[in-house]
Amino acid sequence: MREITYGEALREAMRQAMSNDPRVFLIGEDIGIYGGAFGVTAGLVNEFGEERVIDTPISEAAITGAVIGASLAGMRPIGEIQFMDFVTLSMEQLVLQAAKIRYMFGGNATVPMVLRMPGGSGTGAAAQHSESLENWFVHVPGLKVVMPSNPYDAKGLLLAALDDPNPVIFIEHKLLYKTKGPVPEEMYRVPLSQTKIAREGKHVTVIATSIMVGRSLEAAEKLKAEGIELEVVDPRTLNPLDEKPIFESVKKTGRVLIVHEAVGTGGYGGELAARIASSEAFDYLDAPIRRLTGLDVPIPYNRNLERAAVPQVDDIVREARKLAQGAY
Amino acid sequence: MELKESYLRTMMLIRAFEQRAEELFALGKVHGTMHLSIGQEATAVGVSNALREGDYLLNTHRGHGHCLAWQGSDVNLMMAEFMGREAGYCRGRGGSMHIANVATNNLGANGIVGGGLPLAVGVGLSIKLRKTDQVCAVIFGDGASNEGAFHESMNMASIWKLPIIYVCENNQYAMSMAIKKSANVARISDRAVAYNVRGITVDGNEVAAVYDAIAEAAADCRAGRGPVLVECQTYRWRGHSKSDRQLYRTREELAEWQGRDPIPRYAKELGWSDAQVEDARAEANKRIDAAVAFAEASPEPDVKDVMEGVYA
Repeated sequence: MREITYGEALREAMRQAMSNDPRVFLIGEDIGIYGGAFGVTAGLVNEFGEERVIDTPISEAAITGAVIGASLAGMRPIGEIQFMDFVTLSMEQLVLQAAKIRYMFGGNATVPMVLRMPGGSGTGAAAQHSESLENWFVHVPGLKVVMPSNPYDAKGLLLAALDDPNPVIFIEHKLLYKTKGPVPEEMYRVPLSQTKIAREGKHVTVIATSIMVGRSLEAAEKLKAEGIELEVVDPRTLNPLDEKPIFESVKKTGRVLIVHEAVGTGGYGGELAARIASSEAFDYLDAPIRRLTGLDVPIPYNRNLERAAVPQVDDIVREARKLAQGAY
Repeated sequence: MELKESYLRTMMLIRAFEQRAEELFALGKVHGTMHLSIGQEATAVGVSNALREGDYLLNTHRGHGHCLAWQGSDVNLMMAEFMGREAGYCRGRGGSMHIANVATNNLGANGIVGGGLPLAVGVGLSIKLRKTDQVCAVIFGDGASNEGAFHESMNMASIWKLPIIYVCENNQYAMSMAIKKSANVARISDRAVAYNVRGITVDGNEVAAVYDAIAEAAADCRAGRGPVLVECQTYRWRGHSKSDRQLYRTREELAEWQGRDPIPRYAKELGWSDAQVEDARAEANKRIDAAVAFAEASPEPDVKDVMEGVYA
C-alpha cells in the first residue's frame, strides 16, 4: 500500500470530505495560503477557495464559536487551533457551549463539529507551545476526544469524527506530522470509540496514546530480544472509551504500564488505572498498575530538559522490563 | 412599523409570565434561580417581530421574553420548561436559563454572559456559505459588551460581512455593575465604530423604535452589507436574580424607568381604553393559568433518563 505522512493523511481526509460534502469547510489561523503552522492544510485553499478554507484573525474563542454555531446551523465545520496550548482561549465555548448544548436543550440540538489541534512537545517550542491537555476535555461530558497515533488512523478517525453528530476534539501530535505509514486512497472510517491492539504480546499490557504508541512499539521491539513480549494497546478515542479490549488484554498479561506524554497528576492514566482496578480485570493483576507520564513540570526549552520531561523509548523499555521481571 | 394589537398582547403575556414565575418561586414551586425581564418586554417583541421565519435567534439568560416573543413559541412548553417538566422545551434539562426552540431556529438562551456572541459568527458563516437570505439576531446585555468575545465576534462579522444583528439589550446593570461605571463610552453602540460597523441606539422601551431599527438592520444584512449593532436602552425592574438586594441603585431611578413602562405606552399608541387593557391583562393571566396547569400536569423527568442525551 502507498505510504504517506500523518499530515498528508489528514489533508487527504479533509480534501475528500470537502469534495464530497458542501457542508464541510475549514476555519483557523493561517490555514489558507500559509497552509497552517504545520502545513497540514497546504494547498487546500487553491482547490476550494477562501470561502471554504477560511483564514481568521487571531481570535480563538470566535473561531471555536464559529465552528459550533455553524454546526448548529447545518454545516460540518472543521476548525483548527494552531497549537493546542491556544485552546485555553476557547475553553468557554468548548466546555460551556459545545459540550452542553445538546443536553441542556433536551436533545433537540446537535453539534456535529471537529476541532483539530496539535499537542505535544519535542520541537523546542517551550512551555506555551507544547501542551498535552487532552484530559481537560476527557473530563467534560458531551465532548469526544480522539488522538490518532499513525497516518492510517489519522485519516480514518478524522473522517469518522466528521460523520459524528457530536463535538469532537481531535488531537494531533506535532512530531507525528512527518511520520509515514500505509494509507488507503479511498475514503474509509476508523470508528470512534474503538480501542486497537497495536501489537500482541503476553507479558505486559502497555496502554499508550498518540506519539507514545510508536515509542511503545519501539520499546516492544527492543524487549523482544530479551524474551519480553509487550502488548501495546492504543485507545485512539479517549472518551467515550472502548474499555473491553483493555480489560481483556490485562486479563491476559496481568501487568499494566500506562504511557502518555501529558503530566501524570490528574492525567488520563489515572482514569485508565481506576477503570482497570474497578473492573473484572483487577483479579488478574500480578503487579501494581504503573504509569509512565510527563513530569509535573512546564515543558522546558533546553533540549535535554525537554526530553527528560516526557517519556522516551528507553524509559518505556526500563519500566516495562521491571514490570515483566516482577520488580513491583 | 405598523401598529399591531398582537405586539401589546405579547408584551402583556411576557409580563404575566414573569410575574407568575416570581410567584411560583415564592411558593416554592420552582427551584434554582431566575432572571426576570419585567420592564424589557418591548425589546423582545420589537426584535422578534421585525425578523421573519427561518431567521436565527441567540439570546440570554434573561430570555423568557425573547423566547415567548419568538415566532411559533408556545407558552405552555415555556412554563413546563421553567418548572422543570418533561413536556418543556428542553425536557426539563435546561430550565429558566437555557430555553431553546431549535425547530424554529431559536438556538437558545445562554447562561454565559457573551456566550452567544462567538456562536453568532458560526451561524452567520453558515448563512453566508449556504447563500440564503436569513439573518441571525444575537441578543446580549450591556455587561457582555465588556467581554473579549464581543470584540472577537464583532470583528469577524465585520471583515466577512456576516448577516448578524448584534442586539445589545442595555438594561443599565450587569448584576450590580452600572454600565456607566464599566464602560467609558456614552453609548454601547459607539463601540461599533471600532469595527467599521453601523451602530444605532434606540429607546428599548418603545416597540416601534426597536422594530424599525431591527428591520433596517435585517435589510442591511440581507443585502450583504454586513452586521449592525443595535443598542436598545431599557431597564430591569427586578433584581439581577433572586438573591439581589439592589443596594446599587435608588428607588427614584427605578421609579423613573417605571414611568417609561413599555406596556401602557404602547396601549396608548393603540388608543386602548383602560378597560381594554384590563381585559387583555386578564386574558394574559388566563393563558398563564393554563400554562401552569399544563406544566403541573406534565411529569417530572424520570431519574433513570438522567444520562440520556449527553451524546447524540
